[in-house]
Amino acid sequence: MSFEPKILGISCNWCSYAGADLAGTSRKKYSPNVRIVRVMCSGRVDPIFILKAFKAGADGVLVCGCHPGECHYAEGNYKAARRIPLLKKMLSQLGVEDERVRLEWVSASEGDRFASIVDEMTEQIRRLGPFSRNNGGSENG
Amino acid sequence: MAKPKIALYWAASCGGCDVAVLDTNEKILDIANIADIVFWPIALDFKYHHIEAMEDGAIDLCLFNGAVRNSEQEKIARLLRAKSKVMVAFGACACFGGIPALGNFTNRAEIFERAYAEAPSNANDNGTFPQTLTKVSEGELELPEFFDTVLTLAQVVDVEYFVPGCPPPVDIILKVVDLFATGQLPPVGAVIASDKTLCDECERVKGEKKITKIYRPHEIIPDPEKCLLEQGIICCGPATRGGCGQRCIQANMPCRGCFGPPPGVIDQGAKLVSAIASIYQGDSEEEIAKMVEEIVDPAGTFYRFGLSDSMLKRKRFQQTEGRT
Amino acid sequence: MKKITIDPITRLEGHGKIEIFLNDEGDVENAYLQIPELRGFEKFCEGRPVEELPRITPRICGVCPGAHHMASTKATDAVYHVDPPSAAKKLRELFYCAHMIHSHVAHFYALAAPDFVLGPTSDPAERNILGLVAKVGLEVGGEVIRHRAYAQDIQAVIGGKATHPVCGLPGGMSKAITEEERKDFEEKAKSEVKFGKFSLKLFDDLVLANKEYLELITGDIYTMKSYYMGMVDDNNKVNFYEGDIRVVDPDGKEIAKFKPADYLEHIAEHTEPWSYLKFPFLKKVGWKGMVEGKDSGVYRVNSLARLNVADGMATPLAQAEYEKMYDTLGGKPVHATLAFHWARLIEILYAAERLLELCQDSEVTSPEVRTIPTATPDEGVGMVEAPRGVLIHHYQTDEKGLVQKVNLIVATVMNNPAMNMSVKKAAQGLIKKGKVVSEGLLNMVEMAFRAYDPCMACATHALPGQMPLEVVIRDSQGNVVEKLSRHLPSEPPEVRATIVS
Repeated sequence: MSFEPKILGISCNWCSYAGADLAGTSRKKYSPNVRIVRVMCSGRVDPIFILKAFKAGADGVLVCGCHPGECHYAEGNYKAARRIPLLKKMLSQLGVEDERVRLEWVSASEGDRFASIVDEMTEQIRRLGPFSRNNGGSENG
Repeated sequence: MAKPKIALYWAASCGGCDVAVLDTNEKILDIANIADIVFWPIALDFKYHHIEAMEDGAIDLCLFNGAVRNSEQEKIARLLRAKSKVMVAFGACACFGGIPALGNFTNRAEIFERAYAEAPSNANDNGTFPQTLTKVSEGELELPEFFDTVLTLAQVVDVEYFVPGCPPPVDIILKVVDLFATGQLPPVGAVIASDKTLCDECERVKGEKKITKIYRPHEIIPDPEKCLLEQGIICCGPATRGGCGQRCIQANMPCRGCFGPPPGVIDQGAKLVSAIASIYQGDSEEEIAKMVEEIVDPAGTFYRFGLSDSMLKRKRFQQTEGRT
Repeated sequence: MKKITIDPITRLEGHGKIEIFLNDEGDVENAYLQIPELRGFEKFCEGRPVEELPRITPRICGVCPGAHHMASTKATDAVYHVDPPSAAKKLRELFYCAHMIHSHVAHFYALAAPDFVLGPTSDPAERNILGLVAKVGLEVGGEVIRHRAYAQDIQAVIGGKATHPVCGLPGGMSKAITEEERKDFEEKAKSEVKFGKFSLKLFDDLVLANKEYLELITGDIYTMKSYYMGMVDDNNKVNFYEGDIRVVDPDGKEIAKFKPADYLEHIAEHTEPWSYLKFPFLKKVGWKGMVEGKDSGVYRVNSLARLNVADGMATPLAQAEYEKMYDTLGGKPVHATLAFHWARLIEILYAAERLLELCQDSEVTSPEVRTIPTATPDEGVGMVEAPRGVLIHHYQTDEKGLVQKVNLIVATVMNNPAMNMSVKKAAQGLIKKGKVVSEGLLNMVEMAFRAYDPCMACATHALPGQMPLEVVIRDSQGNVVEKLSRHLPSEPPEVRATIVS
């Protein structure tokens, strides 16, 4: 039985959540592995959310926001654009593979794009395996 | 009436917290007057069996410094917990893992390999590594087991109070003793330091936090009056608890977070990622790539003292690696 | 064989235990000093920016963080091929003299003095700092605290904190000192010189004037013929901060003198499975096991070694004391392990005199304390004489200055073979057929390692109480046969058992 990745998808209210919603209303078939949480803006995404997600059992985290220049709050997605890559660099030092955290810009009309992102990410993480499997020996000593 | 009993112990520690207690100078005599120190291996010759012989709860206050990274340290942590009414995680190592917790970037196999095989000064062709049990011609010799992962004290036993710092400053040490002696210890779980960040007590002039370049401390000579972060030097102050007296800042060096995260922050490193990325001015892909490039060691800088205490706790290895 | 376990050994840095095996005649067959701790600095510093290592490596030891800070800072200078301004070097050395004073004062008064001043087999209830103060007066205690505090204060002003200073950077120091600070340091330094003389006088009156102690110092149990290694300046005088490394053989003849960067040609490390601590030895002589003499590569570092390898002290008062010590103990080199304590006091005086010299050098307040490195970093070695001996930091980085490899040879490790041998020799000399293993005797075994001041300075004020010690005697099955211990302060001392088979 192959492993089913659990991916947390944090999507901003104005663009990317609408885009994800569009994938749904369009009856788009895509991997069921993403669990979506809606925030008002990708700039709301505190790096702690991502760590908490991994600790809580997520195998990957997908953060979606509006395209640069289109943020409903003008600059929020630029904050995400800086935080996420820096977080990824830090996570790579901690042995967390690059594919497990992904930042994407998804507009309200990009239902198809959202679906294909989820498909791609699911397969990448399926190949990598569960997050908790990668462990430097015993965690408790 | 018998004097209250205090114990001090060090696990994976450098001894700095014990020296800090001594830096109370003549006040150490006052401490000796109000309490009996019944265990303090750095200073006194009481042995483990003296602790084992005590009743549970016989020790009124135990100041435990050092992280837990081998089986002996874990055993003594549990022993002292059983014999103590109040257990204090004393110093950054016991509270958060401290510098030894940087060992969570690696594991036992890698550390042994480096120390006993790879290091250039080694003359160890037969590949001798320390063993938990060695048979010599006269009998047997034991060593404690070295763990893969460094743990905080609270990850091993229940802890009532936390005294951060590397080492804790003298005024906080005296405050802890005073609160204990006067029966005024705060509610359980308290961190005995400031409830604000270092920025609150830092005396430098703070303007607007907007930076376009990050400098490593040796790359520039900073203005001694201005906020270091505003000059582009990464300072962990915004996500570090205050109370240390801004000693490093006064020496013109940035904070590296030894007082741990401020109240409400459950992962100091993640918070610093957020803070630094927020103030950096750069929207294009190139500018953002430049920022990431300039921050040369995010994990080792933002988790300098707190890797054990972080959400992920340690580096993840592929399954084929791990303990030998 | 029967095994006597001393666990943990106390009044030293870190964790350790001694296992003593007795043969059927009741003589000591062998003794092992096991060090059960390791943290992995040489691995987890990989990936760190090299300029951060002067802030990470002091956490190797909270008693001599200044030594690691200096060695590390000098290594980063070497990695970046940068030469700090002259004022920065003087300021670093000034800081460093204060550091040496703090460490040596703490060790002598808290660890060494009780054994000598009260006596090695004296009542354990008195053989501690309080007994010492009672014997020599409360004033002394206050003086000791005050002078260690002065030394800590100077370091804190320059380095931000005394324990884990932050001022060292590749190319210089993070801040300069003001004239006001310099004046304050100068007054403190003058007082330190007086205190240094006072300490030597105390040693003279209470130890050297006592025939019994003198016999103990020169006796065979605590003598070991080994090589010695230490740092010397261009005139072959003792220097803590900068110089070349000199090695002399057990007859006192120089057999090597090399630059710190060449340490790998001379020093190698052996490993045993029963200790986490390695066993350095002289490469050119070779590892012959833990044996004495010219054929064995075992060498010693720390105070006595430094004085043995040097031709003298660079300051006048210390030089006079240096000559006196060698006159008293029969010339150079001195192999008497307990003389490490005496040499340590001479070093306090030297450090104080040197501190005063630097405080009176007007360049030390110059604001020019930084050179910004421009070269591409790659590799470098930094070395100082830590209070406990030669300390080497060796770093390799990539072109961005991120650490790739770290090799550390930390003073006390160099004395590991010698400490083992000293403990074994003392045990063999003191524990013999059917002899009652008394508490005083156990203390005398401990004195064998304590002279090396193994990486720890402890309580300037140890607290009231005896020197409890436990001896667990097991039969060949490992069953506990007897426990012998000295007691807690509230209980009367009692010897509970002798060795039984």
